[in-house]
Amino acid sequence: MTILFLITAVVILASAMMVVTSRNLVHAALWLVASLFGVAMLYAQLNASFMAVVQVVVYIGAIAILFIFAVMLTRREIRDKGPGLNKNWGIAALVSLLTFGGLAVLLSNWSGFSQPSADFPSGFDAVGALGNALVSPDAFVLPFEVASILLVAALVGAVYIAYNPRSGDNRK
Amino acid sequence: MNFWANPIQVTADWLMGLFTGWGMTEVLASILTQLLGIVVMITIMLVIDILLVWIERKVVARFQDRLGPNRGGPFGLIQPFADIIKLFIKENITPAGVDKVVYNLAPILSVFSVLILWAIIPLAPVIIGVDLNVGLLYLVAAGAIGTLSIIMAGWSSNNKFALLGAFRQVAAMISYEIPMVVALLIPTVLAGTMGMLGISEAQQGMWYVFLSPLAALIFLISAVAELGRTPFDLSEGESEVVAGFHIEYSGMKFGWFYAGELLHAFTFGGFWGILFFGGYHFFGLENLGPLVAAAIVLFKALIGYWVIMWIKYTLMRIRIDHMLAFNWKFLVPLSLVVLMVTALLNTLLRDTSTWVMAVSMFLSNVLIAWVVIEILRGRSRTEREKVESPAQPVVEATH
Repeated sequence: MTILFLITAVVILASAMMVVTSRNLVHAALWLVASLFGVAMLYAQLNASFMAVVQVVVYIGAIAILFIFAVMLTRREIRDKGPGLNKNWGIAALVSLLTFGGLAVLLSNWSGFSQPSADFPSGFDAVGALGNALVSPDAFVLPFEVASILLVAALVGAVYIAYNPRSGDNRK
Repeated sequence: MNFWANPIQVTADWLMGLFTGWGMTEVLASILTQLLGIVVMITIMLVIDILLVWIERKVVARFQDRLGPNRGGPFGLIQPFADIIKLFIKENITPAGVDKVVYNLAPILSVFSVLILWAIIPLAPVIIGVDLNVGLLYLVAAGAIGTLSIIMAGWSSNNKFALLGAFRQVAAMISYEIPMVVALLIPTVLAGTMGMLGISEAQQGMWYVFLSPLAALIFLISAVAELGRTPFDLSEGESEVVAGFHIEYSGMKFGWFYAGELLHAFTFGGFWGILFFGGYHFFGLENLGPLVAAAIVLFKALIGYWVIMWIKYTLMRIRIDHMLAFNWKFLVPLSLVVLMVTALLNTLLRDTSTWVMAVSMFLSNVLIAWVVIEILRGRSRTEREKVESPAQPVVEATH
C-alpha cells in the first residue's frame, strides 16, 4: 500500500512539475491530465470510489478537454516563446513551500495522520451515504444548493454573453 | 468447490495453491493470479474483436445485398486473420512533424478506454472483474479517456484534416455524453444502485426496457453518437476531412483504432443488454451455470451490436448543426423529463406490486412519447408553412 502511495505521489508531483515547465501548451495540458489522474488514483486508494470516478469524469472528461480546446482554438503558435520564468519565481516558490510546510505541520498535529485508513464495515453503502448527506438538512444541503444556484447563474451568464440577437437566428 | 459452479474462483484458488507451492508469498501470488486473470480477459476480448471484423463485414454485405468475404475458409472465417496479419506486417509510417509520444500513445489509449470497460461487466453472478459501487459512472469516465485519445490523435498528427475530424468527433462525444448520463441514471433509479451486478440482479422479474423504453432508446442513440458511427459519423468524409482523426495512422496503429471502434460498439451493445435487457437473465436459463450466463450476456451484446450495425448501414448521415441541435434541443430535455417522471413514479409506486409498477411506468413512457411526437408534429407544420407560404414582400425592409 505504501509503495502504491509513493508511486502515485511521484506521478502527481512529477507531472505537476511538467505542467509548469513544459514549453508546449498542449503538452502542459496533457501533463495536467496525468496529474489529475494521479489524484483520482489517490482517491481510489482512500476507498473514495465516487470521488475517484467523478475526478476522472469532471476533470479529465470536461475541464482538461476544455483546456486543450481553448489552447488549440485561441493560439496560432502552440509553442510558448520567451523566458519560462519571470522575476516573481522566487516569491512564488517561497509561497508554495510555505503553504506545503504549513499544511504538513497542521496535518502532523492531527491524530489520524499516522493511522492507515480503515476499511468500510461490510455492507456499508458509501455512495448511498454520500448521496443522503448531500440532500439531508443537517448535513450539506445548503452548500450543495448554493453551488447549484451558482452554476445555473454561470450558465445563464454564459448564454447571455454568447447570444447575439442580431446574428442568432439563421432561419430568417 | 465445483468447477462448473464457480469457474473463476476455482481456477484462482488452484493458481494460488500452485504459486504458493513454488515458494511465493501470499501477496505476490495473489497479485500474479489477478494479473493473469486480467491478461486472459483482455486476450479473450481481443480474439472476439478479430471475429467482430468478420461479423461486421458479413453483416454489411447482407445489408447491401452482397455475400461478403467468402473465399478464405468456411464462410470466409479465415479472412479476418488474414486482415490482422496484413495490418501487423504493414509499415508503420510516422509522418514528419508529428508529436511522437502523443502520436503513439493515442491508439493505445483508444483501445485501453474500451478494454477497461470489461472490468465491470457482469458476465455471470460469479464472473465479474470488480463490482464497483459506482459502475455506471466508471462507464462515463472510461468514455472521457476515449475522448482524450481522439483529441490526442487529431492534434499530434500535424494534419489539419485530422484536427478538424477530431474536433467534430469530440464535439459530438461531449454533447451526447449528457443524455447518456441521464439515461444511465434511469436504471440507477429503478435498481437503487449504480453497481452493474445490482442492476443485473434487479432485472430478474422485469427487464428495464419494459419499464422505460424511452431510456433504452436514448441510451442507444447517444451510444451510437459516442461511437461516431452513422448517422453521427461527421468525423469522416472523403470529400471534406478524409478519414478524420486517424488519417495519419498506418499499419497496426490504425488497426488499434479500428479494433477499438468495433470493440466499443460491441461493448456498448453489451451495456445496452445489461442495463435494459436483463443482463444474464434469460427466462431462468442462467441458472444452468455461470458459463451459460456468460454466453447469454455475450449473445445479448451481439444483438446490441447488430442493432448498432443495422442503424449504421440503414440511415444516412445528418448535418453537424442538426446533430448538435438534435442533442441539445431534443434529447437532453427529453431525457430529463423521462428521468423526472421515472423517479417520481418509482417513489410513488414503491410499495405496489411489480406488475402495477411496470404497467404504469410503461404507460407513462408511452404518454411522454405521444406528447413529444405531437410537439414535433406542430413544430414541423409551422416550419413547413413558413417555407411553403408565398414569399414575404421584402421591399418593406429596405426603408
